[in-house]
Amino acid sequence: MRLRCKVNGEALEADDVWPGESLLYVLRERMGLPGSKNACEQGECGSCTVYLDGVPVCSCLVAAGQVEGHEVTTVEGLAEGERLDPVQQAFVEKGAVQCGFCTPGLIVATHDLLERRCQPSDPEIREALAGNLCRCTGYEKILDAVRLAADRKAAS
Amino acid sequence: MSRPTSAPDRITTPISGGVGASPPRPDGTLKVKGEFAYSSDMWIDDMLWGATLRSPHPYARINSVDLTEALKVPGVHAVLTHDDVPGQMLFGLEHTDQPVLAVDIVRYQGEAIAVVAADHPETARRAIAKIVVDYDVLEPLTDMEEAVHSTDAPTLHPGGNVVRHLPIRRGDQEVTAPVVIRGEYEVGMQDQAFLGPESGLAVPAEDGGIDLYIATQWLHVDQKQVAACLGLPPEKVRLTLAGVGGAFGAREDLSMQVHASMLALRTGRPVKMVYSREESFFGHVHRHPAKMYYEHGATRDGKLVYVKARMFLDGGAYASSTGAVVANAATLGVGPYEVPNVSIDCWGTYTNNPPCGAMRGFGAVQAAFAYESQMDKLAAELGLDPVDVRVLNAMSEGTAMPTGQIIDSPAPVAELLRRVEAMPLPDAAPTDSYDLRQLPGGVSNTTHGEGVVRGIGYGIGIKNVCFSEGFDDFSTARVRLEIIAGEPTAMVHTAAAEVGQGLVTVQAQIARTELGVERVTIHPADTQVGSGGSTSASRQTYVTGGAVKAACEKVRGMVLDLARERLDIDGELRMEGGKIVSDRLGVLAAVADVLGDDAIDETVEWRHRPTEALDPTTGQGFAHVQYAFAVHRAVVDVDVDLGLVRVVALDCAQDVGKAINPDAVVGQIHGGSAQGLGLAVMEEIQVKGGKIRNPSFTDYLIPTILDMPPMKVDVLELADPHAPYGLRGVGEPPTISSTPAIVAAIRAATGLAIARVPVRPEDITGTA
Ligand code: FES
Ligand code: FES
Repeated sequence: MRLRCKVNGEALEADDVWPGESLLYVLRERMGLPGSKNACEQGECGSCTVYLDGVPVCSCLVAAGQVEGHEVTTVEGLAEGERLDPVQQAFVEKGAVQCGFCTPGLIVATHDLLERRCQPSDPEIREALAGNLCRCTGYEKILDAVRLAADRKAAS
Repeated sequence: MSRPTSAPDRITTPISGGVGASPPRPDGTLKVKGEFAYSSDMWIDDMLWGATLRSPHPYARINSVDLTEALKVPGVHAVLTHDDVPGQMLFGLEHTDQPVLAVDIVRYQGEAIAVVAADHPETARRAIAKIVVDYDVLEPLTDMEEAVHSTDAPTLHPGGNVVRHLPIRRGDQEVTAPVVIRGEYEVGMQDQAFLGPESGLAVPAEDGGIDLYIATQWLHVDQKQVAACLGLPPEKVRLTLAGVGGAFGAREDLSMQVHASMLALRTGRPVKMVYSREESFFGHVHRHPAKMYYEHGATRDGKLVYVKARMFLDGGAYASSTGAVVANAATLGVGPYEVPNVSIDCWGTYTNNPPCGAMRGFGAVQAAFAYESQMDKLAAELGLDPVDVRVLNAMSEGTAMPTGQIIDSPAPVAELLRRVEAMPLPDAAPTDSYDLRQLPGGVSNTTHGEGVVRGIGYGIGIKNVCFSEGFDDFSTARVRLEIIAGEPTAMVHTAAAEVGQGLVTVQAQIARTELGVERVTIHPADTQVGSGGSTSASRQTYVTGGAVKAACEKVRGMVLDLARERLDIDGELRMEGGKIVSDRLGVLAAVADVLGDDAIDETVEWRHRPTEALDPTTGQGFAHVQYAFAVHRAVVDVDVDLGLVRVVALDCAQDVGKAINPDAVVGQIHGGSAQGLGLAVMEEIQVKGGKIRNPSFTDYLIPTILDMPPMKVDVLELADPHAPYGLRGVGEPPTISSTPAIVAAIRAATGLAIARVPVRPEDITGTA
């Protein structure tokens, strides 16, 4: 089938999409957007998190066809050119990135959290990010990064 | 060229981001933008997708494999079995005992039998499903002790079922003691659970060779094995490190490397393979499950007189690195304590369970759970404080290990214990809190505080750093210095695998410090330069760091010689802030002026001090390069009615010799502690009859951000005079000590004699 949707503000098309493909697969393998990650492809790790019409979803659980005519924002769509989004900037600065495989999903999830709640408490951060697994960091520096991004956002 | 360009007092601006600083990772920006290319992101025009048929049986004879229907699937380009392996049929790290594709027999559930290349991953999977294999299912051997002792167990490999038996005998073997503590301990099978699945791209080359873009821990050992199995000379198998999504030991062994290469060579097209999470559980080795029998003898004051132990480690179907894991478990088997008399036997076995090999902590994790549990038992028996009993027996510089090796650098075991003990404790357990997030069970709303008890526990671990037992353990670094856009720029090229730990950052820091230049680029790791050795055994900062330092020193020597010649001066010179500096005369010239259009390009192979093999009958010998120590204190709340545990605090002190990058050191301690927490309370690959029952992140749980408590980390820097900059390996020790600390805290909270990890709810409620 042919799939048409808007990704990171751009109208994109993919041909010969097999109906069983996930949004994650289409983004990674057909649209040249491998930023969203494929750590489990069963909705458990959050590494594939993207915005679908402004709502964060596990793109591995979304059938490609469901996206027809809809709008997707991926981690690749958050920076403005060379200028990182404050969440991305905070992750780099605070050492919240090791292997980085969890990072794209965490960036999108954190971005969403801070859209909803500009000064989240630690328990709120933990709850919001509980669906994003990270195997490298033990999460401490991820918390640091989220707090920094929140502070900067609140100050701006 | 003219003489000094500046007065002596006009000093240079210091270089930032050198050794001891915490500059940001050079790959951090790409990673947060989603632009870092991991092995599963590789994409090339015209590529095919590979898939693997795996055995559903732990042990079976293969009567026939029928590919007919699979080959008929439209879009399928090749279906290959062991008949198609061009070179050596077997591979392996220490023993070449594992078939590339099964030959007549399968020895574990998940063993690869055939591979398919097709134009879509789903087509490849459907073709796999159409391969018909006729098996004679056999009774699997699943008990490691039976594998060692039973005379009627099947023999799984030609040399028998024991991969390695290592005895350690030190001191008086007949000694007795007034206080005797016995215990039996078990460790379940843990998975590394890196997030980036096994994956890569094999591209056939015009010279008949192959270019492989993969995630691995050691490019050159992959190259050697892949070349042998493909029947190609190593130079025709060129590997480049693609982005690695974590490793933790699971990428030491080959996974899809040979399979994708075979398919690419056969079809003449690039082939990409990406394991699913389920396949990943079958696609790499795990941490050895262990059964350990310990006996400690002590005086009534709590001083250790002897330790006797029998340890069994289940290596599963193939050897992988079992031999080295056995050596660690045995040589580190009494922990960081002074023990004059030791008798240990450790066996690593073959069974039909999933193959086990390297995972962070590598044998030391299993031993630490047993010896630390014993120390707590000893303390309880004598009414002593658990920290006091450890301090009383703590080893220090000058202590003899059970191998007879004398510790010849700082071993601040007692100090680390006291430092952690002195850290402030978290607030008391909430008695009236209705913030469910602070309670065991969390928002599942299982308790409002009733039935919740708190406990505190300590654990300490010892780990050897670098490869041991006489292994020729080296790394190669190439450093090139040239002037780019008027600025001196260093390029560092090694084959050492960055797997997330931050080696690329450290390499650049070392080059900045040694060459006094700000701009450093890191060449992608590949096999065009000599081996960097393995990214394991906490060794890369030590060994590849040492190699980069040595290569920089050589380059620096040449630049300074050039400066002496071109500036026509003698005496001691330094490179600093992009300038050539003399103590006496101050800044003499810019490096750019001295070097001009020349580039200095040097490659150095660097080795740590040699070690020696262990005596096979007594286990004596100078076998390890360096020892590293970490201590944890855990505070837990346990809901004794439901058996749910919440780790409230997990604080750590670790000696790192010298923190090359303090932020990255702390990051390693956080992450290592988290993996130890996982083993303590949730992580186990459940194997029944040789079959894995939970190969998914739905059923194999790793700690989430809700499971991890805040961690206080105290980093000690007592230099090891034998190591570059005095540094000590960092990555593994925190994984070792956090598990026993958490279990000790659970025991303290509940009064239960817990002897197995992970601790399951039923172990606490008594319904196991
Ligand atoms: S890849 Fe989608 S949740 Fe793990
Ligand atoms: S940084 Fe590796 S999984 Fe999070």
